[in-house]
Amino acid sequence: MAASATAVLLDVKEASRSFGGLKALSEVSLHINKGELIGLIGPNGAGKTTLFNLLTGVYPPSTGSIILNNESVGGMKPYKINHKGAARTFQNIRLFTAMTVLENVKIAFHQHAKHSMFTSMLRLPKHFKGENEITQKALDILKIFNLDDQSEELAGNLSYGNQRRLEIARALAAGPKLLLLDEPAAGMNPNETRDLMNLIAWIRKEFDLTILLIEHDMSLVMGVCDRIYVLDRGMLIANGTPSEIRSNPKVIEAYLGQEA
Amino acid sequence: MEYFIQQLINGISVGSIYALIALGYTMVYGIIKLINFAHGDVFMVGSFIGLFSARYLASAGLPPVLVLIISLIFSMTISALLGITIERFAYKPLRKSTRIAALITAIGVSFLLEYTGVLVLGPQAQGFPDILAKKQFQLFGTSIQVESNQVMILITTIILMIILQYIVRYTKTGKAMRAVSFDMEAARLMGINVDRTISATFAIGSALAAAAGVIFGMTYNSVDPLMGVMPGLKAFVAAVLGGIGSIPGALVGGLLLGTVETEISSLGYSSWRDGVAFAVLILILIFKPSGLFGKNVREKV
Amino acid sequence: MKKINQKFWLGIIVALALYGIVQVLLTTGVLDDVQRSMLLLICVNVMLAVSLNLINGITGQFSIGHAGFMSVGAYTSAILTLDYDVPFILAILAGGILAAICGVLIGIPTLRLNGDYLAIATLGFGEIIRIILLNTEYVGGASGLSGIPAKSTWTIMFFFMLITVVLINNFIRSTHGRACLAIRENEIAAEAMGINTTLYKVIAFTLGALFAGMAGGLSAHTFYVITPGSFNFLKSFEILVMVVLGGLGSTAGSIVGAVFVTLLYTYLRDFPEWRMIIYSIVLILMMIFRPGGLLGSTKFSLKKLGKKEAKANGGISDSSAS
Repeated sequence: MAASATAVLLDVKEASRSFGGLKALSEVSLHINKGELIGLIGPNGAGKTTLFNLLTGVYPPSTGSIILNNESVGGMKPYKINHKGAARTFQNIRLFTAMTVLENVKIAFHQHAKHSMFTSMLRLPKHFKGENEITQKALDILKIFNLDDQSEELAGNLSYGNQRRLEIARALAAGPKLLLLDEPAAGMNPNETRDLMNLIAWIRKEFDLTILLIEHDMSLVMGVCDRIYVLDRGMLIANGTPSEIRSNPKVIEAYLGQEA
Repeated sequence: MEYFIQQLINGISVGSIYALIALGYTMVYGIIKLINFAHGDVFMVGSFIGLFSARYLASAGLPPVLVLIISLIFSMTISALLGITIERFAYKPLRKSTRIAALITAIGVSFLLEYTGVLVLGPQAQGFPDILAKKQFQLFGTSIQVESNQVMILITTIILMIILQYIVRYTKTGKAMRAVSFDMEAARLMGINVDRTISATFAIGSALAAAAGVIFGMTYNSVDPLMGVMPGLKAFVAAVLGGIGSIPGALVGGLLLGTVETEISSLGYSSWRDGVAFAVLILILIFKPSGLFGKNVREKV
Repeated sequence: MKKINQKFWLGIIVALALYGIVQVLLTTGVLDDVQRSMLLLICVNVMLAVSLNLINGITGQFSIGHAGFMSVGAYTSAILTLDYDVPFILAILAGGILAAICGVLIGIPTLRLNGDYLAIATLGFGEIIRIILLNTEYVGGASGLSGIPAKSTWTIMFFFMLITVVLINNFIRSTHGRACLAIRENEIAAEAMGINTTLYKVIAFTLGALFAGMAGGLSAHTFYVITPGSFNFLKSFEILVMVVLGGLGSTAGSIVGAVFVTLLYTYLRDFPEWRMIIYSIVLILMMIFRPGGLLGSTKFSLKKLGKKEAKANGGISDSSAS
């Protein structure tokens, strides 16, 4: 809260969401400063993905507000929030499986396309210029993720790890300020996970990104995150630096309580 | 007022036919999420089987009530087998594929039944015999007319509804049906024979449609191979109106639609009747897709 | 990019050559009247199939009311040429535009639906259009309109068809077409990646209706008579068969499907019930054994269309109604 107003990229104020009578999130307040890499952890069913869904407009918050880059985005449609600078990946991968790897990334550039439907239908020079530009940019992104040699492969045919990487590539292609990663390392082996974390650290610097990362595995986020928020049963129970979180009795209880 | 009640009574008998067909739609949708487009044509087949068996039995000199009961049971049994066969050969291979693929197949089965009917029976309508002699009653000294057929429809529908309620609530098959419609995988893991349960659902739905086919024939005295198209679509509208997947919903939806249609016809707009049914369908789909009794479903992200 | 362009021009050259050959055969009288009307019908059906494919195959919005759009175009253009002496081509375009407006009107409310519910709603809309025509004295009620001038020549038909195929194909192979494909593949992800899914669904409906309307107008000016009955669910079903047969999502497949269905239609004219039985069996077998269609590759297979719905039965990601 001490952060100056200009440096705050995302400010969530007392956001709640209920489904029927069930309160999935209650009065969650958090803020993320520009350039931070924030972890969001918590036991299963704590409401992590629900929070992501609120932030990206899958459904509106029941109460409370979400401010992205000094603009209220609570209740905006997902594509609008994407245009405002928040892009995400999904816990259960949602690629366009019957489209090629390249086409998957191209979709994210659609919002920046300058050629209209009519120039495309008539194949005017502007269409070719626009399409070439999109292809080039998409290939550049794929190169960063070492997926360029598989660009013509169908996304559904990629290995599991590569599908997760392609999802991040696609989110990055939308040109976000805030990148929301929902368990990007789920199902990966330790080596793949380490590579992925290095890659995330690299793109963060390269693209001047702010990142919110959901991770189930506490030890994993401890190493990379600047700060960590902990959710339990729809409520924020702690926030602080990794070392603060590690010694927070409430957090330990939440996790131990789950195991017991 | 009496006029209104008269139309209400007429509406209830049309509505009962819709309701009986709608039950099959709603049960099948509830269990495998398929709009069984061919259901209206099972209704047609049931009507024809009823026609042939009634002709045969009547010529054999059986008393009318017995002719009706045997024809009804015979038609329901054969149609149940037809329903099971359709499910087994056309829908079962597609259970793992998409709902749209299954829907296309269902449309295919529907046209297959219709035009096989045209090929075998000819396109022209055939007269359905009066199994029971038609009589008219005056209701409690008013001018309201009740036909014996309407009484028969109501009695048949009520009996079938009681049997259906019993099956769904108290038998093992009925419990299995409810479990499978709630969560197919979990039901399978709990040891429920999912394939058999689905077959049973098709059998019950088809039998109800066949019963509707027989009483339809007795009411309108005319049957043809394409007769299932409109009642089939209307019954689907009724199922959506009541909330697809809900058994009481199908009943209420059918009765409601039948009544509304009859009122519209009686006001002199009978050529718009079908249009109104479709308008109701679209309005319900857009504003309350879960219908009157259904539950909301939303995809988890 | 260059490769695609070469293929594009090659296709145009082949099409023009085909046009020239048929034109020569028609003027020299090698092809008789039956074959001529079959060729005209092929053009109409190709327009219908390719436009329906844009809605059903590419965008994944399952519509089974395409004949409704066709009828709007047919009636509009017929009235314009019959009662108002509007030049033929202009009347066809006007019919297409009015159908497109209907496409917007139908598209917007039905967008909230998906899968089978959408299919049923479009069926309902198609029927409502037919019932309105049936009850409108001005357009002849059940007997429809007759005496429509037979102005659709092979040349006009062919070029309308060619332009339809080229424009729709160009649309599909652009960022706008990819947006539609993304909706088919995964609507939630498409929206999260910045695609205005509502807008693109309406666009698909509108473009599809536009070309279906023009096809309707052209067919009205070929066959002299139109009645509400010629645009019933059976016609919508026939268009669906063309698209599914060729392979949902494939423009080339839709063309092949349209040609095949027209041949079947022409040569089984005297046995309509056999025609319908063959359609049905082909459709059922296709869905069971080759859901991708005749020309379907894995890329455009039905398998992926509505994958999330298939999962619903698995109870993994969806709750299901009982």
